[in-house]
Amino acid sequence: MLLIRRFEEALIAHNPVGHLSIGQEGAIVGACMALRDDDYVTGTHRSHGHPIGKGADINPLMAEVFGKKTGICKGLGGSMHLTDTSRGLIGESAIVGGGFPIATGAGLSIQVRETDQVSLCFFGDGAANQGTFSESINMAAIWKLPVIYFCENNGYAVTTSVEKSHGQPDIARRADGYGIPGIIVDGQDAEAVHAVTQEAVDRARAGEGPTLIEAKTYRFDEHSNRLAIPIEYRSKEEIEYHRNERDPISLYRATLLSRDLLADVERIEQEVAKTIDAAVEFARESPEPDMEDVWDCMFSNPINFPAYEGEL
Amino acid sequence: MRNSVQKLSYLQAIIEAEREEMQRDENVILMGEDIAVYGAQSLVEEFGEKRMRNTPISENSFVGVGVGAALTGLRPIVDLTIASFCYLASDQIINQAAKLRFMTGAQLKVPLVVRTSTFYNNRTAAQHADRPYPLFMNTPGLKVLAPATASDAKGLLKAAIRDDDPVIFFEDINLWGKKEDVSTDVDLLVPIGKAAVKRSGSDLTIVSVAGCLPHALAAAEVLAGEGINAEVIDLRTIVPMDKETILTSVAKTGRLVIVDNSHKVGSVASEIAAVVSEEAFESLRKPIQRVATPQVHIPYNGALEKRLFASKDRILEAVRVII
Repeated sequence: MLLIRRFEEALIAHNPVGHLSIGQEGAIVGACMALRDDDYVTGTHRSHGHPIGKGADINPLMAEVFGKKTGICKGLGGSMHLTDTSRGLIGESAIVGGGFPIATGAGLSIQVRETDQVSLCFFGDGAANQGTFSESINMAAIWKLPVIYFCENNGYAVTTSVEKSHGQPDIARRADGYGIPGIIVDGQDAEAVHAVTQEAVDRARAGEGPTLIEAKTYRFDEHSNRLAIPIEYRSKEEIEYHRNERDPISLYRATLLSRDLLADVERIEQEVAKTIDAAVEFARESPEPDMEDVWDCMFSNPINFPAYEGEL
Repeated sequence: MRNSVQKLSYLQAIIEAEREEMQRDENVILMGEDIAVYGAQSLVEEFGEKRMRNTPISENSFVGVGVGAALTGLRPIVDLTIASFCYLASDQIINQAAKLRFMTGAQLKVPLVVRTSTFYNNRTAAQHADRPYPLFMNTPGLKVLAPATASDAKGLLKAAIRDDDPVIFFEDINLWGKKEDVSTDVDLLVPIGKAAVKRSGSDLTIVSVAGCLPHALAAAEVLAGEGINAEVIDLRTIVPMDKETILTSVAKTGRLVIVDNSHKVGSVASEIAAVVSEEAFESLRKPIQRVATPQVHIPYNGALEKRLFASKDRILEAVRVII
C-alpha cells in the first residue's frame, strides 16, 4: 500500500501525469494479496496500483509513466497501461468497461485449458454502467468461469456521483440479477478486503464460478492529475474527512502498531522510500524510445509490413 | 489424404477449415451466437460444449471474451455471424484486439479470428447488408481477409487461425453455396497478403474485392470475345495488401478497373486507386475506374438492391470508359 502511495506521490512531484489511486490502496492490495503470481488481472485507466499490488518490479513501471524505452511497455503504453505480463496482468483498459470481457475471456481460457488459475477484473463504479459489465458477468455466470469482478467504488465517475448515476447505488446487489454472489466490503480495511477476495478466489478455483465484490473506497485526488476541474462536485469537508479519518494506510499502520510491529513498519517505510527514489532516478536517466519500437510492436507476425525506414 | 480433393461449397470449406484446425490444436475454440445453426452442428458433436461456446446476444463482450482467451493461450474463432454486428463489437476489435500488443510494448499477442459474413444481395435491408471492410482497413494492427473461392476460404481461414495477430475474416454469403474441388491437405495454407491472378491478360487490369470475383471473371469473358484481354486479380487479403501483384499488372496493362462492394467513399477501391496513383502513375494510360456501391443505404427491394452492387454489366460499362 505504501509503495503505491509513494509511487504516486513521486509522480505528483516529478512527472505530473495520470489517474491516481491515492486513498484506494487498501482495496487494491487487499484484493491482489489473495492472488497468485500466475493469476490474471485486468485493470483500468487508474491502474498504477494493480501491477504494484501483484508484485511487479517498480523501475520499469516508473520508467513507463515517464515514457521511457526501459518502461515495462517500452514507453508506448504509459500511465494508463502499466501491463506486466510476468505478473499475470493482461492489459489495463483506458476505455471504461473494456476489461470486463477480457478478464472473462481469461476465465474461459482457464476453464478450457483446465488450470487452477483465476482471473480478477478491477473496475470502477462508473464502469458498472457500461453494457460490457452486464454482458460479461452474465457469460461468466452461465459458464461458471473462475472470475472475480472487483469494483473499486470510489464514489465518483470523474465528477458524477454514484447516487446520481446508479439506480441501485450498491453495485454488488446487481449480482442477484446474474445469479452469482455479490459482496460489499469496506475498501479502506485491507484485511477485510483480503478476506472476502480470498473467499471468492477459493470459490473460483473450486469451479463454483464468479463473484462480484464491491469495495467502498474513496479517491483523495482529482480524477486525473492533468485535469483541472472547474466545478465543485464534492465538498472540501467530505474530502478532508476521508483523508483524515479513512486513509487505508493510516488505518492499517495503527492496526500494525497495535500488534507491536513498529520496528517492521519503520523498516518497510525506509525500504519503500529507497525503492521509489531509485525508481525515479532510473526513469529519469533512461533513454527515450525510438520510432523503430513503434513499428516493431505492431504485429507478432508482420506480413507486407516493413520495419521503420526513417521516413518520419 | 494428402494431395486429394473433395468437392466443397465455400461454407463447407470454412467449416472444414475449422474442423481441421480444431483437430490439430486443442487450443482452438469456436464461439458465437447459435453456432450450431450455421453449418457447424457436426463440430458441436465432435468437439463438445467446452470448445464450442454458444454465446448470449452480447456481441461486444463475446468478441472481447475471445480477445481475453487469445491473450491467455487459446486461439479462438469468434463467429460474428453478420458483418453489421461488427459495429457493436468494434470497441473490443479496435480498442482492444488491434491495440493490446502495441500498448504493452509487444508483451502480448492476440491470435484471434473474427469470422463475419457480408449478408448483402439477400433482401435483408440496410441493417444486415453491410460490407464494412474499410472500417477495419483503417485500423492498424488487424489483418483483414476476404476470400472469393472455397479453396481460398479454407486455406486463408487456416492461415488466420495459425496467425498470431487478430484477423477479421469476411465471408460473402453470395458465395456460400458455390462449390469447387478443395484440397484435403490439412497443412495447405493460402498465404495471407498474397493476391491471386485468376486470369492473365495484357489490355487492362480488373482488381476484384471479395464476392465481386464471379462478376469480374464474367466481364473478362465477354471482353475476351471482343479481343480484349483483361487480367483479373482477386485481392483475397485486404490488409496487408499485396501491392506488388497489382502494380506489376498495371505496369503491364496501363488500365485499371477496381470492383468492390464497399460504399465508394473511402472504400477498398479508393485505397487501391490511391496506391496505384502514388506508385505507378506513369504506367496509367487512362484514369482508374472504381465500380463500387454508391453512398446510399441498401434497400429491402431486391431489384433495387441488386443494381447497387457489382455486376458484369457495371464492370463492362467501366471498362468501356477507358478502353
